[in-house]
Amino acid sequence: MASLREVAEQSQRTGIEVEGLVREFKNGPRAVDGIDLDVGAGEIYGFLGPNGAGKSTTVLMLTTLLPPTAGTARVAGFDIVSEGPRVRASIGAALQEAALDPLLSGREHMRLQTALHGLAKPEREERGQELLARVGLAEAADRKVGGYSGGMKRRLDLALALVHRPRILFLDEPTTGLDIQSRTALWEEVARLAADDGVTVFLTTQYLEEADALAERVGIIDHGRIVAEGTPAELKAEIGRPTVEAVPADPGDREHLAGVLERFGPRAGTSPRGAAARLEGGEAQLAEVVRALDAEGIAIEHLQLHAPSLDDVFLAKTGRSLEGAGDPEPEPAPEEAVGAA
Amino acid sequence: MKGRLRTQVGQLAHRSVLRTLRQPAQIVPALVFPLFLLAVNSGGLKDATNLPGFPTDSYLSFALAVPFMQGALFSVMNTGTDLARDIETGFLNRLALTPLRGAALLSGLLAGAVVLGLVQAATYLIVGLVAGAELVTGLGGALTIVALSVSITVAFGSIGLFAALRTGSGEAVQSLFPVFFVFLFISAMALPLNLIQTNWFHDVASANPVTYLLEAFRSLLFEGWDLGALALGFGIAAAVLAVGLLAASAALKTRLVRT
Repeated sequence: MASLREVAEQSQRTGIEVEGLVREFKNGPRAVDGIDLDVGAGEIYGFLGPNGAGKSTTVLMLTTLLPPTAGTARVAGFDIVSEGPRVRASIGAALQEAALDPLLSGREHMRLQTALHGLAKPEREERGQELLARVGLAEAADRKVGGYSGGMKRRLDLALALVHRPRILFLDEPTTGLDIQSRTALWEEVARLAADDGVTVFLTTQYLEEADALAERVGIIDHGRIVAEGTPAELKAEIGRPTVEAVPADPGDREHLAGVLERFGPRAGTSPRGAAARLEGGEAQLAEVVRALDAEGIAIEHLQLHAPSLDDVFLAKTGRSLEGAGDPEPEPAPEEAVGAA
Repeated sequence: MKGRLRTQVGQLAHRSVLRTLRQPAQIVPALVFPLFLLAVNSGGLKDATNLPGFPTDSYLSFALAVPFMQGALFSVMNTGTDLARDIETGFLNRLALTPLRGAALLSGLLAGAVVLGLVQAATYLIVGLVAGAELVTGLGGALTIVALSVSITVAFGSIGLFAALRTGSGEAVQSLFPVFFVFLFISAMALPLNLIQTNWFHDVASANPVTYLLEAFRSLLFEGWDLGALALGFGIAAAVLAVGLLAASAALKTRLVRT
């Protein structure tokens, strides 16, 4: 058995390597359908996809909480099936919903977590205090968590994931449901963890701007498969073409307008009151679009050129917009699990 | 390794006790409801002591055994509901990501049941004695009653843990409460076995372990030291605890999923 020091050294060297990972549920679809991943040490990797795409199932497998049906994965250099305890010693995780006890205070959570992770008694209080201060909860440390806001709960969740100084951090939709200030504060902390402490961050999200702002590389998952992977800039460059969106002054002209725009490229996204098309010829075509609309006698209320976004990438790869593309992700029944406590 | 296990049990026990103490809704009904029934039964059925063969002149002393059992039934609900909530909220997953051992989890969770059991037993006994119940075995008997009550509370609590781990649902755990209550009613709760005249009821009550748990309490309250009755009472509690823990451990292996 490797010593804690060996575990720490190994996890410093490696990130996450996944080959052909599959998870099937009884009488259900393949929640994860043969994904490959290679996340480098110290990298922030964004795993982007709609609800039900397989993000959380992937995280559960990589954090050893759900055995895969097929495929292999090494996290911090350790196999997720045969070396579960070593994987867990190397990772921290804040799973989809902040799993906290409303009857305990923030400080009591820290005490419990530090003790369960085996920190020496004198270190527990100090580490807990340090992390509470780091996530801005020092003043609220003795209040019961039941009275915390969503953002405070998420920050405590993050602090709890860090008590044993993990080299790899899994964050499963860490900002879902948070207001923009709480979201931004959490982004800053995650970015700091990666930049200052060299922590590898595997972040799942359904927010395009989150992946765009935080992740060095992004994997886009849909129906359990990775449909695109690269830096946000690479992915957008792959799409390459901007989108033009126009809203007619007369709503009756909407179909006519869409027909005109389609001369310049395929329809794109959904425009609630107008139509949008991806410009095959790039931004230079905008003047031609305006002339064509004028020639057709369509009065325009609003016209906008959009630079390519990750949503465009998702649309290009799946034929659907990321927004509203989700389905509920299947949950494992207890009897589907293997392994021992 | 033993030190780490001790730390884990201690920390989880501390949490369990805090949770229990911070939920008056767990403690108050478990105290008030059995005492209310004790008051009703001991007032309404006191003439039963006139039946030939009734073992005591005080129906209050006879009925005082029942709250200890009712309190233990609350333990099933409270312990199980707490764990089910941990499953529902994902707190169990948080614990699963630590080097937590299954034995530590179960033992720690039962610590709350121990505290609740102590509070319940002391309250029932004090209220019963103040109201005029007998206690022929004195202080030693009182301590034994508390010990037996806590043992039964913990044993029943282990069944609550099993139900929570198996179903993962607080509602499912709470649905056990009436089932357990039926067991209490088809025992020698209201009359001693020798005075139950209806054959099927006598047979069922004779086969019902709850009857012997009640008899263990009653022996201490108004009969005197009866080692046979006590051995049976503590033995049944130990057996229920063993079965409950075995079942809970098996359920934990499938619930606390980790490779």
